[in-house]
Amino acid sequence: MNSKPRLALSEPVGDTIAKTTCYMCACRCGIDVHLKDGKVRYIEGNRDHPINKGVLCAKGSAGIMQHYSPARLRAPLLRTGPRGAGEFKEISWDEALSLAVDWLKPIRETEPQKLAFFTGRDQSQALTSFWAQNFGTPNYAAHGGFCSVNMAAAGIYTIGGAFWEFGAPDWDKTKLFVLFGVAEDHDSNPIKIGISKLKKRGARFVSVNPVRTGYSAIADNWIGIRPGTDGLLVLSIIHELFRTGRIDLDYLTRYTNAPWLVIDNQGHEDHGLFLRDDLGKALVRDRKTGAVVRFDEPGHFADLNADFVTADGLKVRSVLRLMAEKYLDPKYAPEAVAAETGVSAATISGLAAEIARVAFEEEIIVEQPWIDMKGEQHNVMIGRPVSFHAMRGISAHSNGFQSARALHVLQTIIGSIDCPGGYRYKPPYPKPATAHPRPHGRSEHVTPGKPLAGPHLGYPLGPEDLLVDAEGKPQRIDKAFSWEAPLSAHGMMHMVIANAHAGDPYPIDVLFLYMANMAWNSSMNTRGTIKMLEERDKATGEYKIPKIIYSDAYSSEMVAYADLVLPDTTYLERHDCISLLDRPISEPGAVCDAIRWPVIKPDRDVRGFQSVLIDLGARLKLPGFVDEQGSALYKDYADYIVNHQRKPGIGPLSGWRGEQADSEGRGAPNKDQVQNYIDNGAFWIKHIPQEALYFKHHNAAYQQFAIDMGFFDTPQPVTIQLYVETLQKFRLSAEGLRKPVAPARYKQRLLECFDPLPDWYRPFEEQGVDTAEFPYHAITQRPMAMYHSWGSQNAWLRQIHTKNPLYVPGAICDELELKEGDWVWVISHHGRIKCEIARTDAVNGKTMWTWNAIGKRGGAWALEPNAPEATKGFLLNHLIHELLPPKSDGMRWSNSDPITGQAAWYDLRVRIEKAEVGEGFSEPHFEAVKRPGSQKQPKGEVRYGQEWAK
Amino acid sequence: MTSLPQNRTSKKLGLVIDLDVCVGCHACVISCKEWNTGGYGSALSDQNAYGADVSGTFLNRIHSFEVVPEGGQIIGEAGDARIVHFPKSCLHCEDAPCVTVCPTGASYKRSEDGIVLVDEDKCIGCGLCAWSCAYGAREMDLAAGVMKKCTLCVDRVYNETLEQEDRVPSCVRTCPVNARHFGDLGDPLSEVSLMVAERGGFDLMPEQNTRPTNKYLPPRPRTALSSVAPMIPLAENTDGARGFFSWLDKTLDKL
Amino acid sequence: MHPAFSMIIFTTLSGLGYGLAIVLGLGLFDPALVATKLAYIASLAFIGTGLLASLFHLGNPQRAWRALSQWRSSWLSREGVMAIATFVPLTLSAALAFFANRQDVALGLIAVLGSLTTVYCTSMIYGSLRTVDSWHTRLTPVCFISFSLAGGFLLASAFSTLLVLKLLSILLLLMALIVKMRWRNRSATLMPLSTPESATGLGFIGKVRLFERPHSLDNYLTREMGFRIARKHAAKLWIISLMSGIALPVVALLTAMALGPGIPAQLIMVIAVASHILGVLVERWLFFAEAKHAVMNYY
Repeated sequence: MNSKPRLALSEPVGDTIAKTTCYMCACRCGIDVHLKDGKVRYIEGNRDHPINKGVLCAKGSAGIMQHYSPARLRAPLLRTGPRGAGEFKEISWDEALSLAVDWLKPIRETEPQKLAFFTGRDQSQALTSFWAQNFGTPNYAAHGGFCSVNMAAAGIYTIGGAFWEFGAPDWDKTKLFVLFGVAEDHDSNPIKIGISKLKKRGARFVSVNPVRTGYSAIADNWIGIRPGTDGLLVLSIIHELFRTGRIDLDYLTRYTNAPWLVIDNQGHEDHGLFLRDDLGKALVRDRKTGAVVRFDEPGHFADLNADFVTADGLKVRSVLRLMAEKYLDPKYAPEAVAAETGVSAATISGLAAEIARVAFEEEIIVEQPWIDMKGEQHNVMIGRPVSFHAMRGISAHSNGFQSARALHVLQTIIGSIDCPGGYRYKPPYPKPATAHPRPHGRSEHVTPGKPLAGPHLGYPLGPEDLLVDAEGKPQRIDKAFSWEAPLSAHGMMHMVIANAHAGDPYPIDVLFLYMANMAWNSSMNTRGTIKMLEERDKATGEYKIPKIIYSDAYSSEMVAYADLVLPDTTYLERHDCISLLDRPISEPGAVCDAIRWPVIKPDRDVRGFQSVLIDLGARLKLPGFVDEQGSALYKDYADYIVNHQRKPGIGPLSGWRGEQADSEGRGAPNKDQVQNYIDNGAFWIKHIPQEALYFKHHNAAYQQFAIDMGFFDTPQPVTIQLYVETLQKFRLSAEGLRKPVAPARYKQRLLECFDPLPDWYRPFEEQGVDTAEFPYHAITQRPMAMYHSWGSQNAWLRQIHTKNPLYVPGAICDELELKEGDWVWVISHHGRIKCEIARTDAVNGKTMWTWNAIGKRGGAWALEPNAPEATKGFLLNHLIHELLPPKSDGMRWSNSDPITGQAAWYDLRVRIEKAEVGEGFSEPHFEAVKRPGSQKQPKGEVRYGQEWAK
Repeated sequence: MTSLPQNRTSKKLGLVIDLDVCVGCHACVISCKEWNTGGYGSALSDQNAYGADVSGTFLNRIHSFEVVPEGGQIIGEAGDARIVHFPKSCLHCEDAPCVTVCPTGASYKRSEDGIVLVDEDKCIGCGLCAWSCAYGAREMDLAAGVMKKCTLCVDRVYNETLEQEDRVPSCVRTCPVNARHFGDLGDPLSEVSLMVAERGGFDLMPEQNTRPTNKYLPPRPRTALSSVAPMIPLAENTDGARGFFSWLDKTLDKL
Repeated sequence: MHPAFSMIIFTTLSGLGYGLAIVLGLGLFDPALVATKLAYIASLAFIGTGLLASLFHLGNPQRAWRALSQWRSSWLSREGVMAIATFVPLTLSAALAFFANRQDVALGLIAVLGSLTTVYCTSMIYGSLRTVDSWHTRLTPVCFISFSLAGGFLLASAFSTLLVLKLLSILLLLMALIVKMRWRNRSATLMPLSTPESATGLGFIGKVRLFERPHSLDNYLTREMGFRIARKHAAKLWIISLMSGIALPVVALLTAMALGPGIPAQLIMVIAVASHILGVLVERWLFFAEAKHAVMNYY
């Protein structure tokens, strides 16, 4: 009766292992895909991969369910019903592409700006921007404007790098790590691996976050800050460091613009600008000789304490003196900011003291000689082992640019930028703003039938680089690089639909979107956005946004609003390149790039979007996509990856270049390059030489390495810009002292927000609403097991977060007599939503929060209409308007950072009221959309792998 | 068979889970699901996978608790609620009631390493073992009608087709924060045993008399930032920036 | 605990059947009477239906035979073995009554012993579980056996005019009531063996409260072990079970005794039995529904 149990202990996992790159989020980890009988048996992290070193998160492991998701689109779709109904007929690729060409060709030949091409979770911006540039429209960007452009732009302008793809803490050496709000579904494995290292070493980990979940849960210290006040907290720490003289003067002298001389000439066009020589080089005073010399001249000792009148009679002061005057103001004292930030003065001064103690008393000496850019030999590398990391928690506020700048200034004054134990750049960064291009898109850049005169996106160095006409009117559909958002380096995708709908600054004809769920969680004011997409012109009966082309792999909410849908493949069915020309995946100690390749053949009539774009480019005869005879240059994306050259020797991939596959960084195309990558586990890594590992911004060996690798053609050292002159130029324009002069209505805003030294101002929504009427903050957190809206189609992941409650602080629950499971109305100046609540005490007392993007529209993502995601899940987006409440002058500013245009998601102010349960549906509740095309109702029961049951 | 093995070796394979570093990312949960749904025994099914009442069989789940410190070793944090993420799977108890209650002998504890398994060919799906388990380690698969539980990836840990370093449970292999450790808790000198000794690893519900093999490491003590020694202001700093400038001059002269 | 219909039917009907088997085994009936033969059929039918119902609880009932193997350690296995073993003397006794109008004392006593043991084994399936505080007591088998005996004598009273049966029925019903009240009192006042603090080991920090479930919706464990019933609702059901299972049968027995033998008394006895069964079904429903499982400390 009791036979021995069957137990197969040594079965091979599958038939083959295909190594590729994950795309379950933006982390881009290496994965080993085990295939069995032509199906995915198991996905695990690639142990050799620089990003994840073998580990894999929940999303990555759930890739199986994503790859076989019932929400996959099956063939190109042409809309047959009204927009939003989800009624489509499936058409052939030839029909689909011909139609797209019929729509796009006439535009290109007459008014290329009538195409707006915006991409969402795009990992191929090097290609999409190249395509858009050759098409000739000025209206291209990816999703950075509503993601984290504040962080990127503040970083580039200040230190020539930022966090995540630009840089990371020195996880192996740091002794104090301070983490501000980050999206826990992005960059997640590297942060987790890093925190784990800190914990093992007993290094202190401080989390500054209104919510104490995720990483904050395991922090040694949690600072439950009030949203939107991070910048003020940082400035208070800076105040403390100045007050106690705990700043790294040597570092400031050598690597920053702290000694640069700022002209004090109130009322003149040079006021607040740097004293420069004829070549435009900034000048400093040599403390030894008193002479005024170029900042990069070898052999001088720049005076941080300069305050004098030049031979020309100009009164000048060092940046450091301006900083001291500014930050020693008692308004930044811990006691003064405690109430505003919700953080006790003792905690603020304690954090400042700990930062100073670790930076200066636990200094790290790495015995590694190196030579700086002035040719000076250093015997050792000195480390200030304090590191910081931040993303959206700081950047998704209307004061986010300045707050992010404040954080970089803090890092800089303790000398912890790219030193052992501090923050480290990831190649190809550092790259100063001056080494980036300027934006293109003014009318002189746009010629029908011709490419745009230069790249769309870049870093303006002054008002003269704005994309505005003589009257100051925006030239781009999203109004990026206009007076409204001068430094909108990533564009402003979140404004496109509203502006196109309003025909402001002009109407467009085709909206072409890739992988961006603008009809749902990627838009503010979702219901309003849906209306804009559905609204027709009363006279012509045509939609206000006449044609929408959309590419996505899955039936997201946006699909129902497209007129033509180009179905993309899953990440296991495609070629991709994670390029240094795009969003790199390098590590601080190595330069890396990677590919994806089709490890499984599609079983549907779908094509990788990038290949489709290349095909469209050829059909439209775009330069760069056809040869002189007009024949297609590239067969598909894989062909492009290998053979496209941005400039001679530089292509999308840096590994195995040259005909013999023996060069790195620079080299001729190698026809076997993709195979070389596959053979190496789908990635390439090149370690930075020992002497170039730190102080990359001023390290001669690193600068040479960067040139060798093809990042630049000449050295691009970064002098850290504590004081950003570009911002001052805008203030001069506001005052009418500099050309172009800012239109009058922007004057006040430019003067208030464009301080060249980081400052803090109250977030705009808080300024604009009655805070007594809307006493609380409402924010979202990213669940680690979900990536945006993508997870809900995944049978495994959706079980973790099937619905989202609103987490309400215990004290507010008690005050309003709310219990766990009660329903409430959450009301903002813009609208109200109804949702279920849960109680928590592990949160800032003024802040309620929920998980991001769990709420879904019924029918989308192949979910049944009564799925909890659609009935109980909800979005805060309905409470957030793309415009701020009207000012006294009736003017409505966009709900964005005034400097970069970054969407201010986290500025939201609300109140809550108890609601009747009613039907128990969250509100607003939308009618379900139909399953597009031949997408079938999914099976109720999934038994994945049952055929392999032993 | 259902009686606990009489002549056991001292080997006790199990997990040590570090609550000080678990961030609640659910990586282990899903890695476990994908490994086991195509591996040992029948698949881990999901019912109403895309519908209203979705639920599935999981062998490892992460709970999240809110704990309000009442002083003690958590200095300076009293009253400040914190979150602890808490992964939980079979603890492979030494006195496993799920084994002895099984009427068919399907549920058994291996004498060679202490792993508790279910022989699905013998399982009648009565559910009594799940009732007898205080830890919720067993879940009936509704499609197969048999009891599923953590196998400690018995089909990995001895799998000679895997590299040596990969012969650990899937959850351990994937954990991004290294919160999960696998080893022989019967060997007092093993890495996991030393970790337990050093960090004060504990049993869950010792009062249930099950003597779990798996151990949990408690969150480490924390010290408040407000208790960091305050910085001494600049002696000269009597007048805001002016004091700073004179300090700066003096200090620069020394550089 | 989830009050599974199959489990409630199983314990109620088999308990009743074994109770009747005990009365029959004690030789209180004249085997020559038709009523005795009917009583044997009733006993076997109740036991059989109960056992059959229990099979519906299984995920793979076709392998139920395997459950007989682990009697050394498993109360469920012992229950199966004993149930089958008890069938032997019981069916033999029934056959003797049917075909020979005779009762064998030894066989009868074996059936009594078998029946008692089987009910005890059934009760110990629950009583042995440390994970359910309210079940984990010696009182649980006492309750099961008391209800089995009370039900058996009550049922027997419907097949016989013997006054002693009715008097014993009243006594046993009242005994069952007292035992069950003690059992309920214990569960209402006991200190749970495990708490969220002991379940997580985090009690050294402070009070532990679930912040978020592992998965948003219910899973097997919460459906099986997380059944919750409102206290008010439970109190009402307890009254119903008391009235229907004990009080009404006692009144019926007294009335039947007062009326003396005859059709009305017979009818009253049928009503009494039906009422008792309903009462015990409710009692069993509460037995499961009110029981709290240790795993719920994690939820």
